[in-house]
Amino acid sequence: MQVTSPVRDPLVTGGKTYKDVTNDIARHVEGKPTVGWLLGLAVSLGALLIGSLALVATLWEGIGMWGLNKTVGWAWDITNFVWWVGIGHAGTLISAVLLLFRQKWRTSINRAAEAMTIFAVICAALFPLIHMGRPWVGAIWALPLPNTYGSLWVNFNSPLLWDVFAISTYFSVSLVFWYIGLIPDFATIRDRATGLRKTIYGALSFGWDGAAKTWMHYESVSLILAGLATPLVLSVHTIVSFDFATSVIPGWHTTIFPPYFVAGAIFSGFAMVLTLMIVTRKVFKLEDYITIGHIELMNIVIIITGSIVGIAYITEFFMAWYSGVAAEQYAFVNRMFGPYWWAYWSMMTCNVISPQLFWFKKIRTSIAATFILSLVVNIGMWFERFVIIVTSLHRDFLPSSWVMFYPTITDVGVYLFTFGFFFTAFLLFAKFFPVINMAEVKAVLKSSSEKKIN
Amino acid sequence: MERDKHFILGIFDDEDILLNAVKEVRATGIRIHEVFSPYPVHGLDEELGYKRSSLPIAAFLFGVLGTTLALTMQFYMMKFDWPMIIGGKDHAAFPDFIPVTFELTVLLAAFGMVGVFMISSNLKPWGQPRIYDLRSTDDKHVMAIDIATNASVDLEKIKDALKTSGATEVNSKSFD
Repeated sequence: MQVTSPVRDPLVTGGKTYKDVTNDIARHVEGKPTVGWLLGLAVSLGALLIGSLALVATLWEGIGMWGLNKTVGWAWDITNFVWWVGIGHAGTLISAVLLLFRQKWRTSINRAAEAMTIFAVICAALFPLIHMGRPWVGAIWALPLPNTYGSLWVNFNSPLLWDVFAISTYFSVSLVFWYIGLIPDFATIRDRATGLRKTIYGALSFGWDGAAKTWMHYESVSLILAGLATPLVLSVHTIVSFDFATSVIPGWHTTIFPPYFVAGAIFSGFAMVLTLMIVTRKVFKLEDYITIGHIELMNIVIIITGSIVGIAYITEFFMAWYSGVAAEQYAFVNRMFGPYWWAYWSMMTCNVISPQLFWFKKIRTSIAATFILSLVVNIGMWFERFVIIVTSLHRDFLPSSWVMFYPTITDVGVYLFTFGFFFTAFLLFAKFFPVINMAEVKAVLKSSSEKKIN
Repeated sequence: MERDKHFILGIFDDEDILLNAVKEVRATGIRIHEVFSPYPVHGLDEELGYKRSSLPIAAFLFGVLGTTLALTMQFYMMKFDWPMIIGGKDHAAFPDFIPVTFELTVLLAAFGMVGVFMISSNLKPWGQPRIYDLRSTDDKHVMAIDIATNASVDLEKIKDALKTSGATEVNSKSFD
């Protein structure tokens, strides 16, 4: 038995009963879509359609449509890839790490955060996929499949190949984790429905009956999946950072990259969860489930990870100076005062200074301030990747090959495509799937509700 | 009377009353068929006398399989089938094989365990569950007692045991 101290703030406010939980959350699945939702879907689909023109252009004409050049061979595409993967870290962190730490407040945000993770990882995977130029033959380059195209197997010494395994494992395990959690809630909706909805949610619920024996196995599966997903989350961004850290580019080959990238990923992931949850709780009237307390706790995670990222920036600088390597020192001075100074200082302002505002209780418990700062953090984290990637590359070892990188309209369009996809998928999820894990909220209701039930 | 057809159902509102009721009902010698809940109730499996889930063992075995497969694959491909010198390193650059080995271990452990869970709990997309009471996925706990397995116990005695242990309703349900 778990004991909750009476001094703890309630996780669910408004004196909800079990029946209320079902009604409040299943209502959105069963009701007609609201005007706001339709409007959101229209905008997202619009972005998806406009962006898909850029995607088609890339696939038809080739990656010459992007702003890359001989010196800067990686820029906008991999910035977006790392940014989206980073966002995709919060979901599994919330559901896996917080489950192991027995943090009950995760129950009302884990479902949506995991959905966000899955969609963000799909967006991320798009960039390396289309950067292969001919993704339809990419399976041969990326997977160890027997073929007759030359060097027979893939190179297992390459971090890019590790990425293939890391991202696909992370995606599929997160998907399974998310779906296993959805099964009992689909059963709840099935048992309230009639007709076609009953058939659809009946199939989705896999014949779930809520037997004590099944719940026992289910709990065991959740715990082991959480245990497996925890090192998995940490491994994914570690391996993403290896893409840079194992190279010999000044500004990239530093050993601090793995922990620094993981902290940055959690930082940006939580910011995106906040952005989405603040809107979702308002639109779906879920203020009793996603309370100010939840928002405050997430803001605290943002202060911690944001400060780790800040320390990592400073450590990188210190090491560049301390190492005495002229190229390394130049790379960092160029970041700060070179032609991309504005990107560097945007990153510093957004990632290091702005999250420190959350030390003030007034700011971290204000919804408007949190929403704005969550957007600022995500902008900052995009600049972080841009700064690391582009400023390290654009002035390489030969001054005659120094250039600037300018994105083309196609670069911007493909990025827009991922936004369109992400928000379309999230809106469809929010409408047709229960956005809050009903079964898990019910399980903590008795110990953590505002009023005692019965 | 046939087994697995006719049931007496005790409906419970509260998880703590339910846990206590399971203990009391079992103490009177009545055998409980199963309890259906809208959410996992901690300690219910122990009260019902279920053996601990052995799925963690399945996960471990699948994980070992993943590790073995990953290492075998990489050593075979890089060292024996088509050896190439990459970056001046040994053909069998063991540290480089760790990330893929880790990922495949996790992948197989997770999918293997979930697969075993699906099969052992009879969860499949076309699965049609037997619904004892629709409210058991909403807000009530339903204790089902098979009349046939408790043939030696008087029917009224079962109903009384459920009522005295805190059931808010006692119903009967038959399946054909």
